[in-house]
Amino acid sequence: MLKNDLVDTIREKALWMRRRAFTMVHDAQLGHPGGDFSAIDIIATLYFGVMRYDPKKPDMPERDRFIMSKGHATGALYTALCAAGYYPEDWLKTYMQPQSKLNGHPNRNYLPGVETNTGPLGHGLPVALGIAIAGQMTGSDYRTFVLTGDGELQEGSNWEAAMSAGNRKLGKFTLIVDRNRLQQGMGTEETNGLDPLDDKFRAFGWDVEVIDGHDVGALVSALSEPPGGRSKPLCIIANTIKGKGVSFMENKASWHHGVPNAEQYDIAMEELV
Amino acid sequence: MAAPAAKQEGFYDCRDAWARTIEELAENDPRIVAVVNDSVGSSKLGGFQKKFPDRLINVGIAEQNMVGVGAGLANGGRIPFVSAASCFLTGRALEQVKADIAYAGFNVKLVGQSSGVAYGELGPTHHSIEDFAWLRPLSNITMVVPADSWETAEAVKWAAAHEGPVYIRLSRMPVPDLSVENRKFQPGKAELVRKGSDVTIIACGTMVHLAVQAAVELEAEGISARILNMATITPLDEAAISAAASETGAIVTVEEANIHGGLGGAVAEHTSANLPVPVERMGFPGFVPTGSVEWLFDHFGLTAAGIARSARKAIGRKRG
Repeated sequence: MLKNDLVDTIREKALWMRRRAFTMVHDAQLGHPGGDFSAIDIIATLYFGVMRYDPKKPDMPERDRFIMSKGHATGALYTALCAAGYYPEDWLKTYMQPQSKLNGHPNRNYLPGVETNTGPLGHGLPVALGIAIAGQMTGSDYRTFVLTGDGELQEGSNWEAAMSAGNRKLGKFTLIVDRNRLQQGMGTEETNGLDPLDDKFRAFGWDVEVIDGHDVGALVSALSEPPGGRSKPLCIIANTIKGKGVSFMENKASWHHGVPNAEQYDIAMEELV
Repeated sequence: MAAPAAKQEGFYDCRDAWARTIEELAENDPRIVAVVNDSVGSSKLGGFQKKFPDRLINVGIAEQNMVGVGAGLANGGRIPFVSAASCFLTGRALEQVKADIAYAGFNVKLVGQSSGVAYGELGPTHHSIEDFAWLRPLSNITMVVPADSWETAEAVKWAAAHEGPVYIRLSRMPVPDLSVENRKFQPGKAELVRKGSDVTIIACGTMVHLAVQAAVELEAEGISARILNMATITPLDEAAISAAASETGAIVTVEEANIHGGLGGAVAEHTSANLPVPVERMGFPGFVPTGSVEWLFDHFGLTAAGIARSARKAIGRKRG
């Protein structure tokens, strides 16, 4: 696929994901739409432009892995897996309902395509590191991608894993930081500042790229493996906007787990076109 | 009597059996890997490291990462044995054990080294007497506490072949091999070490051989004590506990652990709900004072004489 066509396809998928995720959150009156929307372009790029997988064979050993460390952003993850063909759209209607496979945080035993259970922050990067080490150990060529929030990086377990990944020179390991600069209550820098985040990862032995996390073309370029591969793990700091795409949600911490009323839902649907 | 001192004739450190077995298994199965937190020596994995340098992952002093990496290795088709001092493996990384191993259900084997009060004088920060209570509610983790070298080797072999999370809790205190005919390791089944009809002593790990000595002492007084080696704490052999309650009418539990929420707690939960009989729980009531392992065992009555005393007490509490 030509790059322009690919970018258009990813944008279409991302639009569908935003509309569908917002509907899920509206119907359930539960969810984390702000973080869903900051992450959706990244996740759509991975599933529809970068990763190798077969939804009919979710356990295929050579599949690329995506680990959703910010497990609360299930609106983004569940719509991506659905659009990728792992399960029918009907399942999305059960989001957060009693006995649903679509729990508030993902469970690999409920849903095909979910690589590990996340929810408590700071768990995804160590697990993803283990997957990448297994790949390196066995000479497999699969790639491992993990998406963390930015506030999540306040958890120390991430830095244990970051140090280990840097020392192991894991060239097929990519971390994307959803850098929307807002955590649950307020800004990351007002809470426990992360900057300079790029320098931190460089110091831990990583390659670092800082991009616009809503620029699909830039995401495709940054996430694609360069010819000859890499000799270090890659950290992509994706600058994003919490609530991206809906005027009244953008850059508002209150939409971390805010849910729309009927009027807000209608406005959002008009904007998401 | 005090607990046996190290290097006593016929007493063995179960870590040697663990190390020997994991090396043998790794020879035949390339999926087996070890994950440690700077704990190669204390896990006795020096030999493993020499033979399989690429299959030993030392994450350094970083237990949360260590357990998460274990889950990831399982996702990548490896069979990881994550080995570290029990206190840090289960305490520092408890949320990883809960979410990444138990809840996610990954095929990871957690091996707790130097459990209980094995670190003696180093104190409660280094003791692991809370691990039973912490891990028991994570009921899809099979929790095994081998009583001797033979059982350690069998438990490690079983864990490697079993698909699912396992916690194997080892000591560094030398123990003798139990004398039981036709032994077969059966997870989830209590091992009948000695028949008896007046009282049942349910023990695990380092306490089992002391319970056997107590039974010999009791026999001289005409008391017939049944000894069960409850090597699996989860899932618990409830049938064996029910049989002990109905057939002997009194129970003593003995564990190198906190009595709250551990083996004794589990036995008491089962009997009180089903067949209430006197249950004397032996172990530690909380953080312990400074002292060697031998002193601590003696101080808390975890000796043959102390166990016999509790057995008499349990019998004395029987109704009618």
